[in-house]
Amino acid sequence: MSGSADLNRNRAVDWALILYIVLAYAFVFAPIAASFVFSFNSDRFPSIPLGEATLDWYRAVATDPLVWEGARNTLIVGVIVGVVSTALGFGAAYTDYRYKFAGKQVYMALALLPPTIPVIILGLAMLAYLSRINLSGNALSVIISHVVVCAPFAMAIIRLRLSQMDPALEPAAWNLGASEWKAMRHVIVPFCAPAIFGALFITMAVSFDEFAVAWFVSGLNETLPVKVLGFLQGQVSPRINAIGTFVFILSMTLVILAQLLLSGRSAKPAKE
Amino acid sequence: MSRDTLVSFEGVVKRFGGFVAVQKLDFEIKKGEFLAIMGSSGCGKTTTLRMLAGLEAPTEGVIRLSGKPINNLPTWSRDTPMVWQSLALFPFLNVRENVEFALKMRGVGKAERRKRAEHWLDRMQISEFSERNISQLSGGQRQRVALARSLVVEPEILLLDEPLSALDAALKVRMQSVLKNLQRETGITFVYVTHSQSEAFSMADRVVIMSRGVIEQIGTPQEIYRTPRTRFVADFLGSSNLFSGKVSASAAGGQDLDTPAGKLRLAKDAVALPAGSTATVTVLDTKTHLSTSRPEPSANAVPVRVIGEEFVGATATLYLETRQGQEIRVQKGHDELADLSLEIGQELFAWWKPEDSHIVAEA
Repeated sequence: MSGSADLNRNRAVDWALILYIVLAYAFVFAPIAASFVFSFNSDRFPSIPLGEATLDWYRAVATDPLVWEGARNTLIVGVIVGVVSTALGFGAAYTDYRYKFAGKQVYMALALLPPTIPVIILGLAMLAYLSRINLSGNALSVIISHVVVCAPFAMAIIRLRLSQMDPALEPAAWNLGASEWKAMRHVIVPFCAPAIFGALFITMAVSFDEFAVAWFVSGLNETLPVKVLGFLQGQVSPRINAIGTFVFILSMTLVILAQLLLSGRSAKPAKE
Repeated sequence: MSRDTLVSFEGVVKRFGGFVAVQKLDFEIKKGEFLAIMGSSGCGKTTTLRMLAGLEAPTEGVIRLSGKPINNLPTWSRDTPMVWQSLALFPFLNVRENVEFALKMRGVGKAERRKRAEHWLDRMQISEFSERNISQLSGGQRQRVALARSLVVEPEILLLDEPLSALDAALKVRMQSVLKNLQRETGITFVYVTHSQSEAFSMADRVVIMSRGVIEQIGTPQEIYRTPRTRFVADFLGSSNLFSGKVSASAAGGQDLDTPAGKLRLAKDAVALPAGSTATVTVLDTKTHLSTSRPEPSANAVPVRVIGEEFVGATATLYLETRQGQEIRVQKGHDELADLSLEIGQELFAWWKPEDSHIVAEA
């Protein structure tokens, strides 16, 4: 931005690009901003002019046991999904990094496939499959389904990090007396730490927001997004705005944390 | 195998699928020597080093360390630390933690680890950087960290895979003397892989020259420089002029070589070759002389034309061409050149004494 003194930059182009970015972000964030604003509005229907500022809707949400139940389910599912998908994703990424074997391309294609399947199809398939093995309609079924959706993201993030590693680093650790397990613990994992935490936060965020698959398989143990749909079907209430704002802030926090870790702006990657 | 042998390669072959990286290695590394393995890329030098480090398994043959076969020993169970071309320092550890790494992997206690790491940090003159991140160090400092990290276990042998290739020329020369002194003081056997003749010849006690998976010559730098054994070695070193031709009996007794550039007399003590067989002789560019008048008949003389010159420090390299278009190089001091006062395109004679030339094996 401060490059106006730069000989080879055109000011008009700079400003046009800035305007373009502002408009693009405005388009993307306007609905979210509206939801945020109306969550503090006393009127029942989202309309201009605004009524008084109020925290009533937040109070209503905070005292609703159904919301708490949904939030609890979402949180438990999200944390477990984050940990399990990151572990699976790490394993898959390391396998790709370390080994050459027949059918590796098929293996990679299959590992990356789930996010390309339409969620409705995936949800339906999950429901059919899980109900057959008597696992549908509880939190475990949501966890299993979400891991299927999230693990490929974790793998992609960790794979990228491994591709940035000096290929001599792991053999160097072996050469200095580290067995394969020790090299994994003392070299591969610390090197991948930013990506591992990034993957953890991103997969949690994906699970928090995921609606379609959870709707199919959650049964009575609905997660928050599924609950929200229930509210919307019953009545239009600004409580939705309050929940939306809360979930948005939570997800953004996770994504920004992941971004900070992955861009390496964190002072120093974790040790040991 | 003699008592001062530390490592021996016995009929070692390495194949990657259909590609033969190393064809049949038989050589020994002596205790406490500085051995350089030299060759162009793809000659098998790095594969040889990696087999010694336990990073590749030989397809055939046996490698012994202190008499014991180590073919099936994984690299973490050998004491064969390596300094990598990329250095492969751990970026998430600071300098001291990098140096302590090998000790930690061997289960050495914290206090002992620290003491031994500090000894090597001090010895490599990098104590003041011990708490720094690797990314905050200069190229030369990183070299020293890499050396300290490998030497901290006080091994019998240290493997080095072109560790100086990333440094600028001045630093390279400085690190060469650091390495040479370190090797002399510690008495640790160094095996140093490089494609650089100047690195190999300035540091090593013995040099192994490899080409296409085969050893072309092993010897001290002087031996190899003065008497390259094969045509490949002479070409690779680039410090000799080569002439090929057919052997014939000389009228004056002894042997002649009929080359396109003319009839050349072979050294009196040269091996007797059957008349009519092909042979190649080399003569060092420092032993090749120039003269504007025809030299005396006892010398080998070739008429040449000046095509260019290049100044390197105290000497100049003169590029000449025979009538058949073969390039000939001559090294001369500046004074001598000034006396000849040559011009590009000028015709004169390149000459040398027959006893300064010798026959190399065709390969």
